[in-house]
Amino acid sequence: MSLTTDDVNKIAYLARLGINTEDTESYTADLSNMLNLVAQMSSVDTDNVAPMAHPLDTIQRLRPDQVTESNQRDNFQAIAPQVEEGLYLVPKVLD
Amino acid sequence: MTIHTKTLKQLSQGLQTGEYSSQELTQAYLNRIQQHSTLNSFITVTETQAIAAAKQADALLAAGNAPLLTGIPMAHKDIFCTQGIKTSCGSKMLDNFIAPYNATVVDKFNTAGMISLGKLNMDEFAMGSSNETSFYGSALNPWADSTVPGGSSGGSAAAVAARLIPAATGTDTGGSIRQPAAFCGITGLKPTYGRVSRYGMIAYASSLDQGGPMAQTAEDAALMLQAMAGFDAKDSTSAQQDVPDYSANLNDSLKGLKIGLPKEFFDEGLNSEMATTIETAINEYKKMGAEIVEVSMPHLKLAIPAYYVIAPAECSANLQRMDGVRFGHRCTDPEDLNDLYIRSRGEGFGTEVKRRILVGTYALSAGYYDAYYIKAQKIRRLISEDFAKALETVDVIMGPVTPTPAFGIGEKTADPIEMYLADIYTIAINLAGLPAMSVPAGFIDNKPVGLQIIGNYFAEAKLLNVAHQYQQVTNWHQQTPKGFE
Repeated sequence: MSLTTDDVNKIAYLARLGINTEDTESYTADLSNMLNLVAQMSSVDTDNVAPMAHPLDTIQRLRPDQVTESNQRDNFQAIAPQVEEGLYLVPKVLD
Repeated sequence: MTIHTKTLKQLSQGLQTGEYSSQELTQAYLNRIQQHSTLNSFITVTETQAIAAAKQADALLAAGNAPLLTGIPMAHKDIFCTQGIKTSCGSKMLDNFIAPYNATVVDKFNTAGMISLGKLNMDEFAMGSSNETSFYGSALNPWADSTVPGGSSGGSAAAVAARLIPAATGTDTGGSIRQPAAFCGITGLKPTYGRVSRYGMIAYASSLDQGGPMAQTAEDAALMLQAMAGFDAKDSTSAQQDVPDYSANLNDSLKGLKIGLPKEFFDEGLNSEMATTIETAINEYKKMGAEIVEVSMPHLKLAIPAYYVIAPAECSANLQRMDGVRFGHRCTDPEDLNDLYIRSRGEGFGTEVKRRILVGTYALSAGYYDAYYIKAQKIRRLISEDFAKALETVDVIMGPVTPTPAFGIGEKTADPIEMYLADIYTIAINLAGLPAMSVPAGFIDNKPVGLQIIGNYFAEAKLLNVAHQYQQVTNWHQQTPKGFE
């Protein structure tokens, strides 16, 4: 499995992950190598095997639908890069 | 006998009998951390908080009803959130992150009365096997500073091995407790998936991550696990299973113990001196009356390929929360929202983390999900069934932790795949969710070697018993690196 630098740029955009242009080649090589490693999985037939999502095959635990958390907005926003009047600030999305 | 070579058990006796105070003990360890700061095992030292906590511990001890571990210093891997204290996860992304709450594990050690001296170095977001991906530079291996301490819990292992702290927390997603424990000659335990709460433990691969203790001895690991383990309503995959007394069966006889040796653990990939060292350790068990049975793990060779789909896929999802909006690194003067995300993440994450996010994003993207993620989960079941089958006939499985002792700094950084392949003996255990230990079992060229002991689900007490008995007839775990005696 070989990826192109275009593939890598596309994946990086999907992940919203900035990559320096000069590093794209090396990421492309590393990712291709990783996918070659992963391709060894096809050496075994798994048609009748159920996927295992959890080591103990337990299901998601449910709890009563009650409010248990207290409001800690100020506490959490104290570590945010930019807030104003209790809101997280980001660059303008709509004009 | 100097204080810093004492075990938790011995330190507890000294504190409870008033031989020394927690403040004296805490100061002694803080001095050692300062004295050996070039080891780079700590990212943050919390001296002021530690001294205040030690004062409280001394008051409790004086009152005469203090829990066993009260007043004993320790430190946390910097992946555990600590309220009011920087929690970096070894990343530039979280270099400015002051956690607003404690991880459950941190709360539990506070309740147990232990004194945290700070936060330990680690590979960035626990992705790495050498500590070299840390934003803060690699911790050094106290046995030979030209070699890596292992990873990702490299700071924990280095600090315990150098006796800068008597014990530490670590986390293990593909070997991150056991491999550094082996490389640094200490005792490490990865519990059954779900045994220790993941709440406040920064997520890497959520279906594999598990916290556990790193200490000098199995006896101490039992005390640490006792403090850490238990159901936590705040962790949706926490095991609803009673916690036994992990110290109760340490002295059980191993006569008749059935030890499985997977032939795939001893194939051509294993360094011959390593094979000899592990065989010598197994012989000690034979002398104690254990019986050796050959078992087979036919799917073991697929563990690394499956892991490098599952772990990156889960990490690409988990690390989406690092977006430069609510906490962590934010780029300057973003042009628009996309630019904010792309540059904040591009600047905040290191190369290895980026590789894994990219592979995970690819594996989860439309059209590839079945071929990669579902396929890997199917392989995961086959591997898990290999272990289940073996554990029907034996009590524990043994083998090496690593194919070689600690490798050199920089030796494997040029080729990430070579670094990944060195985790062949540890990764399969995470995929199966089983508990496993690394126990010091000798040296090759003055570099420590770890014996791996793998058990059935929730059989931590059995593992600790098996490890403790070995430590009664060997003294590898008592060796201290030169310059740190």
